[in-house]
Formats: sequence, structure tokens, C-alpha cells
Amino acid sequence: MSSPAVVLRDVRFRYRSGPEILDIPELTIARGERIFLFGPSGSGKTTLLGLLAGVLTGYTGTVEVLGQDMAKLRGSARDAFRGAHIGYIFQLFNLIPYLTVAENITLPGRLHPARGKQAGDVTAVAKRLGIEHLLERSVTQLSVGQQQRVAAARALLGGPELLIADEPTSSLDFDHRERFLDLLFENCALSNSTLLFVSHDRSLAAKFDRQLSLLDFNRAHRTEAAV
Amino acid sequence: MVLLSLAWKSLRNRLLTTSLTVLSIGLSMALLLGVENVRVGARESFANTISQTDLIVGARGGSLQLLLYSVFRIGQATNNISYESYQHWKNHPAVAWTIPYSLGDSHRGFRVVGTTEEFYQHLRFRRDRQLEFAAGHSPKDVFDVVLGSDVAQTLNYKLGDKVVIAHGVAAGRGIADNDHADKPFTVSGILKKTATPVDRSLYIQLEGITAVHIDWADGAPPMAGEEIPASKISKENMKVEQITSFLLRCKTRIATLQLQREINTYKEEAMQAIIPGVTLQELWRTIGYAEDALQVVTIFVILVGLLGMLVSLYTSLNERRREMAILRAIGAGPGKIIALLVLESGLLAFAGCVVGVVMIYGLSFIFQPIVEQQFGLYVPVQPPTTAGWIYLGAVIFAGILIGFVPAWKAYRNTLADGLSVRV
Repeated sequence: MSSPAVVLRDVRFRYRSGPEILDIPELTIARGERIFLFGPSGSGKTTLLGLLAGVLTGYTGTVEVLGQDMAKLRGSARDAFRGAHIGYIFQLFNLIPYLTVAENITLPGRLHPARGKQAGDVTAVAKRLGIEHLLERSVTQLSVGQQQRVAAARALLGGPELLIADEPTSSLDFDHRERFLDLLFENCALSNSTLLFVSHDRSLAAKFDRQLSLLDFNRAHRTEAAV
Repeated sequence: MVLLSLAWKSLRNRLLTTSLTVLSIGLSMALLLGVENVRVGARESFANTISQTDLIVGARGGSLQLLLYSVFRIGQATNNISYESYQHWKNHPAVAWTIPYSLGDSHRGFRVVGTTEEFYQHLRFRRDRQLEFAAGHSPKDVFDVVLGSDVAQTLNYKLGDKVVIAHGVAAGRGIADNDHADKPFTVSGILKKTATPVDRSLYIQLEGITAVHIDWADGAPPMAGEEIPASKISKENMKVEQITSFLLRCKTRIATLQLQREINTYKEEAMQAIIPGVTLQELWRTIGYAEDALQVVTIFVILVGLLGMLVSLYTSLNERRREMAILRAIGAGPGKIIALLVLESGLLAFAGCVVGVVMIYGLSFIFQPIVEQQFGLYVPVQPPTTAGWIYLGAVIFAGILIGFVPAWKAYRNTLADGLSVRV
């Protein structure tokens, strides 16, 4: 458990023959940290998250997540690793439209037995996020705020070590944003999850343990900007 | 199991396209199974036009020809056999029963068959069905005639109507000079429908055939003044000289081959005996091409149904890119994405097959009596034949195979999109 949540060393990445998107000499995130990651669009935020989640390959350098060298995992093992250890929240449209709320929340556990074993009580998680009354609803009947909380419940169920949230609040209004963030913090603390929160909304940044600007540690963007 | 329930729910979510796809596969499947049933039905009807007859015996000639004129009333015999020879075989110790046929006359395009009471007693079709009378009874008098059901229906005859028999079997009315107008027959009975060629003939006694030709000489009508009026004719003074062929049933099946050989080598007269089943199969092989053509057409219909499924799955993929990204994010690998789509397409094909089977059995249940009435085709309502099961299996298998096309596309999408699809 002593290994950091995320370690990146000399990571370079480009899509096929495109320009270099990432060039990160060094990035370490400790376990349990709440990180606010920001940067303008096109600065490589989503690409970085793809590397951490093990969806993108073909980089050089070292990416270690929860002590696991991602390059050493084969395709299906990477998917299983993500399913078992990482929760992921998108900006929008997080939910499978043809499943109920409860089915959406329990889906990762059903796809991955390892995650399933850790999965706690669905109603407990739902209660903490204030959506226990929605469990049997169809997701198409939910408001955006409710949808994001269901997505959070799914990502948090089973207490993943790393929770990645890709601008999850950008489609919420101010009040909902505050409440959503509080709920997220509360639950991450409960399961001792590391939180990597991506946003361009700097007004939220103060609530986090540490703020990282992608422009600061991603040299690829700097050189490109210089050109 | 998770994937199966996902696939099921995803299909249910797109209810309209799903049900249209299932319906189109179901319809083409029903068509395929229907054609298969009609094939089986046609073959069975064909093979069952005559049952429990071990041998058909006639003058030496082609075996197909003998079958055609004796069973299907098609074509003509080149030679008759003597009544003595017939008596010889009829009284043979191995023989259970015989049905003699005397052919060559007609009535308005329908064949007239001279036969005996044994015809009504022993003739069997469709395994063990027996002739029954819709009205009246078998001929009791030389000038009585029994009508097959098609004859009665087409010509609108009732019991007691007078029927004039024409010499020869040319279609339409007999040549005026050649008919037996001086000796009209009276309808004594009408047979129930059998859906076999029996329905399309008229039946009189063997003596009746003799009677209408009694004053003829060398195949020509009597000269003026030489006619013998009907009033002078009775069953007792009519001597049957010839018949055309006869059906024969052996006491034991084993005796059949022995008896066939005996008849074929009979010294007194050149005769031949054929086993109806063998010759029927020979005949079926020559006319079976039509069903093959039909089969090919239905297979193409199935292909079109499956292509429809491919199109509907493939076009749904773009709106489902988001869904795939979500599945990826919660740890579903490309393998699971592929499996999901293959399952969906397999489920569609399976549901289509179920619908097709239900449809065809419902339809054949409803239409079986009508088809039998109208076309004389008995289509059995039965579980799928071996061929039917093979078709069902093949279509489900093809559905699964076809699923790999959209699955491959989805796989490419997920690789390109990763977790980054913005909608």
C-alpha cells in the first residue's frame, strides 16, 4: 500500500503520426490525495486520463497506477485492472440508457468479479449520494444532476483505489456543483480513494489538496505553444 | 450472463427496429420451413397416392408407363392382358387380393375405369385410408357408375344422373361418332375426396366396359343394324376378355419379390410387375427439380432477412459509440464489446427462428384443410424435419457470424475513441 497512486516518468505520447500530445518528465500522486487537474482544452487532459485508465497504449516511458506498471499488463488484463481498481466519471452521458439506475450502478461489479466482491451495499452508496429513491427508475427519467450522482455511485461502488472524474460538474449549475463535490469528497474519504478531478472551473480548485496545471508539467504543449 | 442480459436489454430498448428485424427473419424462416413442409407434403402425398399395394401388374412395357396409367391415369397402355392371366395370378396362393383395372374410355376428359368391388374394399392411400362414399354405393348394375369427387364437383353431377362414356381418352368430349351414347350409365355413387388421382376418374364394373364395346369390332363402332341395345345386356351375359392392369397385395411382404419374378417370367403371356414405391421414387427424381428451384429462392430470402439484420445493427453503432465508451470505462475490454454485439445478432436470429417456427405452425394448422381441399396436397403439421432443424441451426449460426461485422466495427470504434467520445 506504500506505492503512490500514480507515478509517471518520462512519458511521451502521440496519436499515430500526429503531434506529440504528452511529454511528462515526472508526475506523482500520493494515495488518498485529492487532486485538481486543470488546463485548457486540447492540452491533453483526456489523453492523460486514457493513459492512466489503461485505455491508451503506445506511449514511451513509465506509467504506474497503484504500483502496477501499466505497460506490463496485456489488453484484457488492463481492462480487468481498470474495472477492478478505477472508478471513472464522464462529463455527461455516463449511463447506459437501457438499464435502470440500480443496474447501471452494479454493472462494473457484474462485469468484474474482483470488483463485485468488494462491492458494498448498493443502497448504502445510493443513500450517501441521495439517490436511493431513484434506484428502480429508468435513467432516461433523471435530471442531469441526478445522472451525475448515479455515475458517481457507480464509480464509487466497491471503493475503487483511484477515482477519475473528467469534468463531471461542468454541466451542473453552481448549487449542484457544490453539493456534488461535497458528496464526492465525503465518499472518497470513506473508501480512502484517491481522487483525480479534471476541470477547467478554477473556482472549485481551492477545495482540493493539490492543484496541478497540465501546462506546467506537460512539456509537449509548451514546445508547441512556443512554436 | 451479464453480457446476455445487456444484449437482451439493449435490443429491448430498440424495440421497433428489433421487432422489425425479428419479423423479417421470422417471415423468411417461415417461408423456408413452409417450403420444406410442402416439399415433404408433396413427396408424401405422392408416395401415398397408393398404399398397401405390393405390385402393379400389366402388359410388358415401360415400368414408369405402367405406374402412370395405373395410378395417375396418365398416358395409355399399349397392350392389355388377358382375363385368364389375371385370374391365374388372382388365385395364386401368395396373393391376398387384387384390384383389376380396365382403361381406355373417358367422359368429358375424365378417365373411365372398369374395376370390381375389390377396388372399393381394398384400395388404400395415405397409409391406411380407405375409399368412402359421400353418397350412394358401389355399382350394382352393368350400367351403374361411381364418380370420383373432382368429377362430381366439376361436372356438377348428382346421384341418378345419366352419363355417356366416350371411346378413347382424348381430352374434352369424345368424338361424336365414337361415343357410347346408346348405352348411358346412371350415377350410383359419389366418392369422398381422397386428394389422390382417384378423385379424377369414373368407375364402372369390368362388365360395363365389355358392354359398351360388345357390338364394336376391331375398335370401330357397330355398323348400322348391328347394334346391340342396352336392354339386352345384363351382367351375366357379359364376358370379360381383357383388363389393362391390376394391383396386387401379397399375403406376406417377403413373397413380393418372389412373385414379381414369377410374373415377369410368366410363360403364358408377356407381363411385368413393378413395386410401386420403387417406381414412384424413380418418377419423383425426375420431377423433383422444381422443388430444388423453390428451395434456392427461399435461401436467398433468408439471406436478405439476415442482411436486413446486419444493416440495422451496423447503423445503430454510431448512436451507440457513447455506450461503448461507458462500457470500456467500467472495464469491459474490446472482447466483451465484440461478444455483446455478436450476442445481440445471435439473439435476433434466434428470436427470428422462434417467430418463424411459431408462424409456420400456426399457418399450416389454419391452412392445412384448405390446401388439402384445393390442391390435394396433404401438408403435415409436425415438428421441424431434420432438414428444418438444420436450417434453423444454420440461420442462428449465420446470425452469430454476421454479428462479427458490426462487432468488428464497434471494436475499431472503441480503439479509436477510447474514453473520449463527446456527444
